[in-house]
Amino acid sequence: MDKDFVLWPEQASTLASRVDNIYLFLVAVSVFFTALIFFLIYLFAVKYRRKSEDDVPKEISGLLQLELVWSIIPLILVLIVFVWGATIYFDSYTPPADAMEIYVVGKQWMWHIQHPTGEREINELHVPTGQAVKLTMTSEDVIHSFYVPAFRTKKDVVPGRYSTMWFKAIKPGEYHLFCAEYCGTKHSEMIGKVVVMTPADYQNWLAGGPASEPMEVTGEKKFQQLACHTCHTDKPNARGPSLVGVFGESVLLKGGRSVIADEDYIRESILNPKAKITAGYQPVMPTFKGQISEVGLLQITAYLKSLAKEGNQ
Amino acid sequence: MSEATAVKEHISHEHHGFMNTYIFSLDHKMIGKQFLLLGLIMLLLGGGLALLVRWQLAYPEQPLPLIGASQHYLETGEAETAMDSYWDSELSKTEDEQGWLVQKMPVGIITPAFYNALFTMHATIMVFFVVMPILVGAFGNYLIPLMIGTRDMAFPLLNMLSFWIAVVSGAIMLAGFFVPGGHAATGWTGYPPLSTDPAWTGVDWGQNLWCISLIVLGISSLMGSINYITTIINMRAPGMTYMRMPMVIWALFIVAILLLLALPVLTAALAMLVFDRLAGTTFFNPAGGGDPLLWQHLFWFFGHPEVYILILPGMGITSEILPVFSRKPIFGYKAMVLAMASLAFLSWIVWGHHMFQSGMNPSMGMTFMITTMVIAVPSAIKTFNWLGTLWGGSIRFTVPMLNSLAFVSMFVIGGLSGIFMASSAVDIFIHDTYYIVAHIHYVVFGGSIFAIFAGVYYWFPKMFGRMMNEPLAKVHFWLSFIAFNCTFFPMHILGVGGHMRRIYNPMQYEFLQQFEHMNIFITMSAFALGLTQLILLFNVFHSMFRGKKAGDNPWNANTLEWTAATPPPHGNFDAIPTVHHAPYEYSAPGISEDWLSQTNELQPTNGNGH
Repeated sequence: MDKDFVLWPEQASTLASRVDNIYLFLVAVSVFFTALIFFLIYLFAVKYRRKSEDDVPKEISGLLQLELVWSIIPLILVLIVFVWGATIYFDSYTPPADAMEIYVVGKQWMWHIQHPTGEREINELHVPTGQAVKLTMTSEDVIHSFYVPAFRTKKDVVPGRYSTMWFKAIKPGEYHLFCAEYCGTKHSEMIGKVVVMTPADYQNWLAGGPASEPMEVTGEKKFQQLACHTCHTDKPNARGPSLVGVFGESVLLKGGRSVIADEDYIRESILNPKAKITAGYQPVMPTFKGQISEVGLLQITAYLKSLAKEGNQ
Repeated sequence: MSEATAVKEHISHEHHGFMNTYIFSLDHKMIGKQFLLLGLIMLLLGGGLALLVRWQLAYPEQPLPLIGASQHYLETGEAETAMDSYWDSELSKTEDEQGWLVQKMPVGIITPAFYNALFTMHATIMVFFVVMPILVGAFGNYLIPLMIGTRDMAFPLLNMLSFWIAVVSGAIMLAGFFVPGGHAATGWTGYPPLSTDPAWTGVDWGQNLWCISLIVLGISSLMGSINYITTIINMRAPGMTYMRMPMVIWALFIVAILLLLALPVLTAALAMLVFDRLAGTTFFNPAGGGDPLLWQHLFWFFGHPEVYILILPGMGITSEILPVFSRKPIFGYKAMVLAMASLAFLSWIVWGHHMFQSGMNPSMGMTFMITTMVIAVPSAIKTFNWLGTLWGGSIRFTVPMLNSLAFVSMFVIGGLSGIFMASSAVDIFIHDTYYIVAHIHYVVFGGSIFAIFAGVYYWFPKMFGRMMNEPLAKVHFWLSFIAFNCTFFPMHILGVGGHMRRIYNPMQYEFLQQFEHMNIFITMSAFALGLTQLILLFNVFHSMFRGKKAGDNPWNANTLEWTAATPPPHGNFDAIPTVHHAPYEYSAPGISEDWLSQTNELQPTNGNGH
């Protein structure tokens, strides 16, 4: 076997050691039970091997106490694993409030990454250490899955909706990024890397690239280009509702329901405007399907998010 | 209708002629054997596909042995061997004129598109055309009437149709290999949108035929399960109460109920997929307001009960064989039945554990997590009760017994590795890696296939009236057991190392290059495992004609099939037997022999005979 053989990928995120701990606990439990059962099979095989043709064993058809023991002990063990695993699961699902946002669009067979500050990357993601990073992801075609083994994290990237994942990298270095969900003929060539840098190096990297326009600025331009502003004018009797301060807030819909204005809601309102109509407005908005890419949608969303911040101030 | 006329009428449909005896037979025993033959032929094919997959993983993009071009040809372009000249002439043709082989593997190198079809079809064939036909179709048909003491299935015609519809389905599935664009290449899980639009994979009619074949197969399975359920409820011999039914009959009964409820869900999902592909609907297409995750919910709502459809008959077979060769009753009969019933129930409420990383709300995820964890309890009951059956026994290490012990041990490993997946935090890391591949093969090969071996060796004397060759069978068992573990155990290590499944060339990934030797080792073991199965096939067909004649009850077993003549005539029994005992009265006190047939009127001295 190779000299530098490693049993599993290095631990490069805050989550990694927690996942590995519960994994190792499960390995220990499994080895214990496997050894116990194999030992018993071996022991019985040797001890109770038929000695002669008239060898008649005692008839034992069951023993309730024993059966209870081997029902209750596994139950307790799995409950421990459940509580422990569920805690990690919850934490891995919920990004911290101060997480930095980055957007990812997957397509056959590449990753397109867009930083809020405007930098775009293909099959590479640069992030700083010690900073929680939240990825908002979608796909242009089929289901992909964003998988960084060293971070012990993976999330499917599904067309038609946004999925999120987060991580906090702890060690500078280059880590492999793969698509884990089989996505067609060249699935195995969908390879990228995550470059983790110290915060200082990261700032240099941001500054070093070609001058780029923040996502919200690009988004605002798209907003103008598509003439969104002609209806969403922020004036009292406009045809469309004002979008200032909307993002992240609850929107009252026609019919009395309300909905939180998140990324998915905005995406739907642009592509399928008649699905959810804001109370007090007419269903007059046309669909923009085919006129805007997934990246464009994310840019407009970033612009609306910036309006929300202004609105709250 | 009196019993006597019913028998006469039944026996009178033992028409003569080759067609009615061997092809369109209505006899449950012949239909069982037909399913066995279908399963064994498909096993060769499905196994062959797996070996091609393994070749590519160990020696990526290198020509296959025997049929591939020589190194000399690849380097210089000069044909050296006969195969070289073949490839040379094929490659010089235009694309339309090229043969099938050169499109799938030019110069013997598997193309990415063909590789994707290979792993898709390996799983599809193994699950739907090998394990289900053999465990459910063959053993279900052969054993149910014999073991509950009746002359045939409730609906013999439906039974015959069920087999022939399965053959039609198989033919449709195999036709997919030969249509333009190649066979389905979206994995056996067929996730949309990949499976909804030919644009994503280049596969068109392959995927359509895949859907249609499985819809047709669903009809066949539905017919079988209706038949099993009706037969078991209505046609048990006098005295054969539910709690005196052999464990394998319980298992098949529960499986039939699972099939009846689960398959329509798959059929509905497949129909929606066909509509999406051919009629322009958008059930699973987000562009038209559909949702690709809907398919995952439907598929796994069927898919998880399906896994239990594959393993429960194996548990039943093992529970049949362990008491016979330990000469002891099964340990905790009632708990064993309850454990199977609770496994079947739980299988309906765990499907979400296949989708932890698909992005479900964690509150939902936690529900699936706890229901999945609880599966450990009935599984532990089964395992330890099997050990309890061995405890204090008088164990004979016959070939069926060895295979059953292998089943128990491999089920332990496959079951424990399942807990890793139930724990979502770990699952998210190992999902879609070789860890999953290891787990499913420990359950379906280590479990189901070893149970198939055990069942074939155990019931072969009754089916064909001859014993199988024991030394050969032992060689087959040990080689299979060792090669199986060498093939699949290292996959756990690959998976935790981050080796994803369904990748064409692992060497493209820098950090997977360290696994090259392990992949080669796995591939060699897989070829050994595949070749070993030729011993089994030889043994089956050789013993069928040349084996030692078997008596009616070669294993001194209690259950009803052993009271019938060997091989059982049409109609099975001279007179319908009356059942006096539970099925596992071995070594009962006060009985001179160490077994007590279910039809024997003698009562043991402790009154345990029920």
